[in-house]
Amino acid sequence: MEYLPNISFAIVLVAGIAFFRRNVLRLIRNIKLGKEPQLEKDNTQRWKNMARIALGQSKMVVRPVSGIMHILVYVGFVIINIEVLEIIIDGLLGTHRIFAGLGPIYDFLIASFEILALLVIIAVVVFWLRRNIIRVKRFIKPEMKGWPKRDADLILYIEVVLMFLFLTMNATDAQLQALSVEGYAQAGAFPVSQFMMPWYEGMETASIIMIERAAWWLHIVGILVFLNYLYYSKHLHILLAFPNTFYGSLKPKGQLDNLEAVTKEVQLMMDPNADPFAAPAEDAETPEKFGASDVMDLKWTQLLSAYTCTECGRCTSECPANQTGKKLSPRKIMMDTRDRLEEVGQNMNVNAGKFVDDGKQLLDDYISREELWACTSCNACVEACPVSIDPLSIIMDMRQYLVMEQSAAPAELNQMMSNVENNGAPWPFNQMDRLNWVNES
Amino acid sequence: MSEGIKVPTMASLFAEGKQPEVLFWVGCAGSFDDRAKKITRAFVKILNKADVSFAVLGTEESCTGDPAKRAGNEFLFQMQAVTNIEVMNAYEVKKIVTTCPHCFNTIKNEYPGLGGEYEVIHHTQLINQLFEEGRLSLEGGSYKGKRITYHDPCYLGRANNIYQAPRDLIQKLDAELVEMKNCRKRGLCCGAGGSQMFKDAEKGDKEVNIARTEEALETKPDIIAAACPFCNTMMTDGVKIKEKEASIVVKDIAELIAGADDL
Ligand code: SF4
Ligand code: SF4
Repeated sequence: MEYLPNISFAIVLVAGIAFFRRNVLRLIRNIKLGKEPQLEKDNTQRWKNMARIALGQSKMVVRPVSGIMHILVYVGFVIINIEVLEIIIDGLLGTHRIFAGLGPIYDFLIASFEILALLVIIAVVVFWLRRNIIRVKRFIKPEMKGWPKRDADLILYIEVVLMFLFLTMNATDAQLQALSVEGYAQAGAFPVSQFMMPWYEGMETASIIMIERAAWWLHIVGILVFLNYLYYSKHLHILLAFPNTFYGSLKPKGQLDNLEAVTKEVQLMMDPNADPFAAPAEDAETPEKFGASDVMDLKWTQLLSAYTCTECGRCTSECPANQTGKKLSPRKIMMDTRDRLEEVGQNMNVNAGKFVDDGKQLLDDYISREELWACTSCNACVEACPVSIDPLSIIMDMRQYLVMEQSAAPAELNQMMSNVENNGAPWPFNQMDRLNWVNES
Repeated sequence: MSEGIKVPTMASLFAEGKQPEVLFWVGCAGSFDDRAKKITRAFVKILNKADVSFAVLGTEESCTGDPAKRAGNEFLFQMQAVTNIEVMNAYEVKKIVTTCPHCFNTIKNEYPGLGGEYEVIHHTQLINQLFEEGRLSLEGGSYKGKRITYHDPCYLGRANNIYQAPRDLIQKLDAELVEMKNCRKRGLCCGAGGSQMFKDAEKGDKEVNIARTEEALETKPDIIAAACPFCNTMMTDGVKIKEKEASIVVKDIAELIAGADDL
């Protein structure tokens, strides 16, 4: 019976990690449904971008209040996780505070964790107020109704609970140390949890030990549960922000890719030696579909972005279309892409890894044409995104499908395009009049 | 006034065996739109004054394909691009200046992949260079002390990171440059990009150009400066709808420079 805690701990740990691994593999499989993007090969620049934008949070502080609060939570979480390492070793070996031997360094570490934990709690409370009491506009847009709203609140609750458990674990430990209970040697400094110690004064030693153990277990189990919650949540960004900023575009924002499949066709048409009436060769591949009507038509970098989206709405709040009451919201474009991709993934899960046509697609079933045509391609959303997501690229790919596969552009745009085709200008002017401005006044 | 503007075409120079330093890409708006044509002429006056060796393609120029590409018609875009590139490569064009940020962006960023590699600059950059080289000079002139707010065109600013050149020119006018609350990287769109210029807006509660004009009016400007013919149209309309056209004018930077010098 002596090893029961160690064995239970090992089982919980392995189960938590195995489940997480399963989710990560699904995530990778789903992202790989996308097509190969045209990527520039400047990896030095990519590492720099990742360090600056994801690690350094450079885009977050454009909005100082939420930016600085977010850095607190982020730094707090990363650093407090060093403590998790100790918990895991203790759990497996049956030791208690194995790093205590570090002496003053240990005291310093524990003290920093405690202060960070307090700051995280404060920041999370501010976040909660912004979402639920102040009701900052970008958090209450239509696409945030239901699960996205609950998800955001739930994350805040989990974070407070985890921090509280961590502090409780320390407070009871400190109390036990003060009582010189066996197994609780003097270790650590407790600048925050010392204020919680009086709660346990006069309590039976056995009860305090029970609370200490309970807090310790709930803390580590909570972390494992949270790890596995990521896949179902916008909180996935804590992992995917790194690859996503790495693969973010290095091109000027105004530059759209030129479709290679189209280039080939145009070359053929312009080639004076090509026979326009030649029958297609027997072994000709089926012509590539132009643009995107479903998630499989998008690039895998766009699908990665969809899973990375933090649902912060910075894009939407800067979007001129959204600001003037149009249906378009770049955040919704990303959320829809992710939700559809998840649906396709679930479909594959129950069909032995193969996607079985479900009669649905990203276009119309998730993203309406009205949204797509409202975009001014202004790049405000791309500029605003703290994790290098490009919602505009998905809008453009879907427009390409509408126009080149469906000939379904708004009538006025068809008119504009036929002008370009016939007169070389978007208006019905004669190309021969192009120089008339010289002689006008 | 058009008296004496000199606008050589590539074809005429070519016939004389000459090659200009720079091709002035006029663009569809600059060629056909009544308001934008004034900008084109103002810019030519500056080029003439500084004695810049330039030429235009004239009737050999055709739409860059930008509105088609942003509407989703990659096919039409590439047809336009390849045709234009063929013409320009035949004239051995090396350097291009344009008054339209959309043409600028397309030729600079999207033509190289299709065989059209040129040095492309925006007219605000070229005018700045002319000042630096001492080929142009300005004594404050008629805009001294005026409040000017500058609207960043999306395709010049965010799309290509050019924020300073137009501002430097406004400063040369001895005018007071007042920034809107959303400027530079966070500048609000005028509503014309992505082919919106050519269609009605989707249902909403406001037009984008009104929203942007309101931001401009908050700075209490005498002049709203633009650097894009489409932004110019959108802001001019906005000022009219807000019934401010008696007190506020919308001008391209080229017009301001030419106007200050009484060209
Ligand atoms: S590019 Fe389109 S979606 Fe993005 S902010 Fe501009 S109008 Fe909105
Ligand atoms: S796309 Fe970027 S800016 Fe928009 S909600 Fe997602 S993370 Fe935020």
